[in-house]
Amino acid sequence: MKKFKYLISKTLDEAVSLYQSHGDSAMYVAGGTDVMVKIKSGKVTPDYLISLTHVGRNSEIRINPETGTLHVGGLVTHRTLEMSPLIKLQYPIIHDAVQRIGSTQVRNVATIGGNLVNAVPSADGAIPLIALDAYVNIYGSAGEHSVDLIHFFEGPGQTVLMNGEILTEIVVPKQPPRTGGAYQKFGRRAAMELPLIGVGVLITLEEDSNRCVRARIALGVAAPTPIRTLGAERYLVGKEINEDTLNEAGKLAAEESRVRDSIRGLAWYRREMVAVSVQRMGLTCLQRINQLKAK
Amino acid sequence: MSKQSLEIIVNGENYFLAVEPNCTLMELLRDDLELTGAKEGCGEGVCGSCTVLMDGKPIRSCLTLALEASGSHITTVEGLAQHGDLDPLQQAFIDHGAVQCGFCTSGMLMSAKGFLLENPHAGKKEIRNALSGHICRCTGYTKIVEAVESVVDRSQEKR
Repeated sequence: MKKFKYLISKTLDEAVSLYQSHGDSAMYVAGGTDVMVKIKSGKVTPDYLISLTHVGRNSEIRINPETGTLHVGGLVTHRTLEMSPLIKLQYPIIHDAVQRIGSTQVRNVATIGGNLVNAVPSADGAIPLIALDAYVNIYGSAGEHSVDLIHFFEGPGQTVLMNGEILTEIVVPKQPPRTGGAYQKFGRRAAMELPLIGVGVLITLEEDSNRCVRARIALGVAAPTPIRTLGAERYLVGKEINEDTLNEAGKLAAEESRVRDSIRGLAWYRREMVAVSVQRMGLTCLQRINQLKAK
Repeated sequence: MSKQSLEIIVNGENYFLAVEPNCTLMELLRDDLELTGAKEGCGEGVCGSCTVLMDGKPIRSCLTLALEASGSHITTVEGLAQHGDLDPLQQAFIDHGAVQCGFCTSGMLMSAKGFLLENPHAGKKEIRNALSGHICRCTGYTKIVEAVESVVDRSQEKR
């Protein structure tokens, strides 16, 4: 493996200034499950590896008691999210995704911030968060700013992060009552698999009926970056949510997807599975909303 | 580039070492500490044969820099037996014929150990899920899952 110098940063400021003093020859590392694979294969060749693991404050999950927003630190591992009762009960769409990322050994160290920053089209972590209208907080030498997660990705491996900026936190707005979400990672194996297609659906219903007031349909591996299928979302708003309307939304989402052939699967099959998964996840949303009522 | 210092606890023993920054935890264990239980299969985090416990949790030692494990407690398969007695999990693997060539075994044992520490009463489905990050190319998985299951059952009987 290529030789490099390993630097530990204890604070965000330290990390950013270390990065800036070494420029493009530096790279951040957290869980390392992506970075290490890339270094081993020679895809990246950093001279300096800056460890973020000890930048303590970004490794917790919390709800802001005043606004009800969910804050997930960039250094939170997938395993921590998977095991969190808060996530499992209140954000099952996130739980759906994180429990299927890599394997237990990978989830124990791989971070949600790393999953987003890595910006692969198949990032399972991104899709549910986009469906939840999440935004990310970014820290750099110019201070802190926020970007909606849907605008964070610019292409495969490309994000809006510049010049040593760090994704510090993911923020999920408080969801209205009668909101249900579900994510399906569609692949061949239970572990160590990238999805053929990733489908996240989030639906908010009217107070006393199954009429949809808000819909989000987010797809992974359907384009160079995670996308939302706005036409399918618009179609659902104002409609009664049932098998038929979800079937139609699935078809619309499939048309909007820009899937392609790859070693893991062919475009036509992916497109059909988008339609199938959108309907299935929509029905799971309904089920989950009804369970909320039952509680 | 020069070596950097590392303090690490492996199987209960303290080590103060100097390592190359690009040395993985697996290389440290195998080459410097001569603990060859963790195996390099794929070297890219897919096969699970390099699994060890870091602070009680299974991780891939081939994707973890030794320096990133600084200050942690590492347990390898060599640390499972206590005072010469095999861990019940190891004995179960023997009793159930869950070992053939043995290459994947130490990784399987470490994931199973880490899993049982957190879920002492797990069911079959959870066990399969916990071991899903491992690949075995000879026995198949049935005997391995049965071996882990048998340890779960015994701990329930004790209660």
